[in-house]
Amino acid sequence: MHKSAFSGLYLIMAVLLVLPFVLPNSFYMDLAIRMAMNAVIVLSLNLLIGFAGQISLGHAGFLGIGAYASAVLPTHFDWHPLLALGAGAVCAGVLAAVLARPIFKLKGHYLAMATLGLGIIISIVVRNEAGLTGGPDGMPVPAMALLGHELSGDKLWYWLTAMLLSVAIWFSLNLIDSPFGRALRALHGSEVAARVVGVDVVRYKVSIFVVSAVIASVMGSLTAHYVGFVTPNLADFFHSLELVTMVVIGGMASVYGSVVGAVLLTALPQALTSFEGWETVAFGTILMLCMIFLPKGLVPTLAAKFGKGE
Amino acid sequence: MALLEVNQLSIHFGGVKAVQNVSFSIEAGIVYAVIGPNGAGKTTLFNLITGIYTPTSGTITLDHESIGGKTPNELAQRGVARTFQNLQICLNMSAIENVMVGAHLRLDRNLFLAALRWPAIRARDQALRQEAAELMRFVGLQDYLQARADSMPYGALKRLEIARALAMKPRLIFLDEPAAGLNTKETQDVDALVRKVADSGITVVLVEHDMKLVMNLSDRILVLDYGKKLTEGTALEVRNNPDVIAAYLGAHA
Repeated sequence: MHKSAFSGLYLIMAVLLVLPFVLPNSFYMDLAIRMAMNAVIVLSLNLLIGFAGQISLGHAGFLGIGAYASAVLPTHFDWHPLLALGAGAVCAGVLAAVLARPIFKLKGHYLAMATLGLGIIISIVVRNEAGLTGGPDGMPVPAMALLGHELSGDKLWYWLTAMLLSVAIWFSLNLIDSPFGRALRALHGSEVAARVVGVDVVRYKVSIFVVSAVIASVMGSLTAHYVGFVTPNLADFFHSLELVTMVVIGGMASVYGSVVGAVLLTALPQALTSFEGWETVAFGTILMLCMIFLPKGLVPTLAAKFGKGE
Repeated sequence: MALLEVNQLSIHFGGVKAVQNVSFSIEAGIVYAVIGPNGAGKTTLFNLITGIYTPTSGTITLDHESIGGKTPNELAQRGVARTFQNLQICLNMSAIENVMVGAHLRLDRNLFLAALRWPAIRARDQALRQEAAELMRFVGLQDYLQARADSMPYGALKRLEIARALAMKPRLIFLDEPAAGLNTKETQDVDALVRKVADSGITVVLVEHDMKLVMNLSDRILVLDYGKKLTEGTALEVRNNPDVIAAYLGAHA
C-alpha cells in the first residue's frame, strides 16, 4: 500500500467539508447523510465480503438489532439512548460471535444460506413482537441526546456522519494494510496457504464478522435516531441484499469502492423517480449493465483502466 | 533422536489405502526426498505430516512432541513450513505481501491497534517489508518486488511459495514438487536454491519427479509405491535397488 492510498480519503474529507455549503436544500442534506451512513455500513461489510471473502446475506438483521434497541429500550424501559445504542451493539456482537463458529464452518452457497436465515429470523422476530416493536407498522424513536443536548437538525447529523465516514475509511485503510488485514486477505486468496503459515482462519473470520455486525448495529441505532422512526423493512432480506449490492457495484475489496457503491445506490432511486412506475426496472437494468461491463465493480475496474491500483 | 519420526502412518479414504504403515525418520539438517510413481501417496504423506489430513493410524513425532492430528496453524507455530504442488498463492495480494503473510506468527496481529495505525505495528511492518524483499532476492525474485501476484509467471510463483515458507523462519520445510513444470534452466536454479535453503540450516523434505534433481540434492531418499514404503536409503542405494527399478520401469523383477 502506497502513501497515495490515503489521497482518496483527503479528497473525500475535502468534499465532505464543502458539501453542506453548496447543497441547495434540506432534501440534499438528507440524501448526503443517508449516503454517508450507508457508506460506513458498506465499508464494514466489504471487510467481510470483499477482503475476507465471506458472504453475509443477513447483515440488515444486525442493523435491525441496533435500530430496535434504540427504539425499544428508551421508549419502554426508559434507558438513555446512548446506553441503548451500546446494548444493541453488544447484543449484535455476542449474537454474531456465538453464531459465527458454526456458520463459518460452511462455505459458499451454504454460508450464504446460513446468513440469509439469520437475517430472516431477526426480521421475523421484529415483525412479530408487536407489543414491543409495533410490528409491521414500526415505531417512533426518541431523539438521541448527547451531554444534555438533543441531537437534531440536518447540520448536526451531517457533521456527525461525515466524521464517522472519515474515521471508518481511515480505519479500513489501516486495517487492510496490517498483519490482521493481510491474514484476512490471505485466507480469501488461499485458505489452505493461510492455514499453513499459521493463520487461525476460523478465528479471523469470526473476528471480522463480529466487527462488521457491531458496526452495522451502531449504524442501525444512529439511522433510527436520525429518521425518528423504525420499521421492520430496515432489518429485512431486501435491505441486506441492497447492502451487498453496494459492495459489489462499488468494488469488492476496495475501500473507496464501498463509498462509491453506497453513494450511487443511495442516490440512484432518487434520480430515477422521473421514470415513475418503471424506476425498479431501470434500477435493475443499470445493475445488470454494471455487472456485465464492470464485473469487478466500479472503482477497481476504473483504477485498472487508468493504470493505478488502489 | 531424529527431528521428525514417522511411525506406522496410515490414512484410508473409504476403501482406498492411500498411505499404509509408512515409517521413517529424518535427521536435522539434511535434505530428504520422497519419490515414487504417480499416485504413490507422496503428496498425501505431506498432507498428513503438515496437518491437512488427519491420520487414520500411526504417529508423527516432531522433536519429541507428538504432532499427529494437529492443525496446520499449530504446526506452523512449531516451525513446520510447506509449499504446494498445485500453487497456493494469494492472487488477490501483491507478491511481497504474499511473502509478508508468511511472517504472520511473528507479528502483533491485534485488530484494534492495527485499525488505529499503531506506531509499533507500522514500524514492524516496514521492517518486515525489507525482510520480505530480502527473501525475494534470496529466491531470485528481485525483478518482482513491485509485482502483483496475479501478473507473475508460473516459475516465479513457485519461488514465491518458497519465499513465503522461508518467511516463517521454519525448522523444517516441505517442498512439494518444486521443479514441476519448469524447464531445464529453471530446474537448475531450483536445485541451487534448495541447496542454499539447506545450507542455511533448515531441514528440507521434498517430493520431486525430476530424478536428476533428487539424486543430486538428497542425503536420503524414501521410495513409495501404492502407498507403501518400498525402500529408503542414500541416492546410490536407491538407484541400485531392483524393486525401485521395477516400480519405475514396470518390469517384473
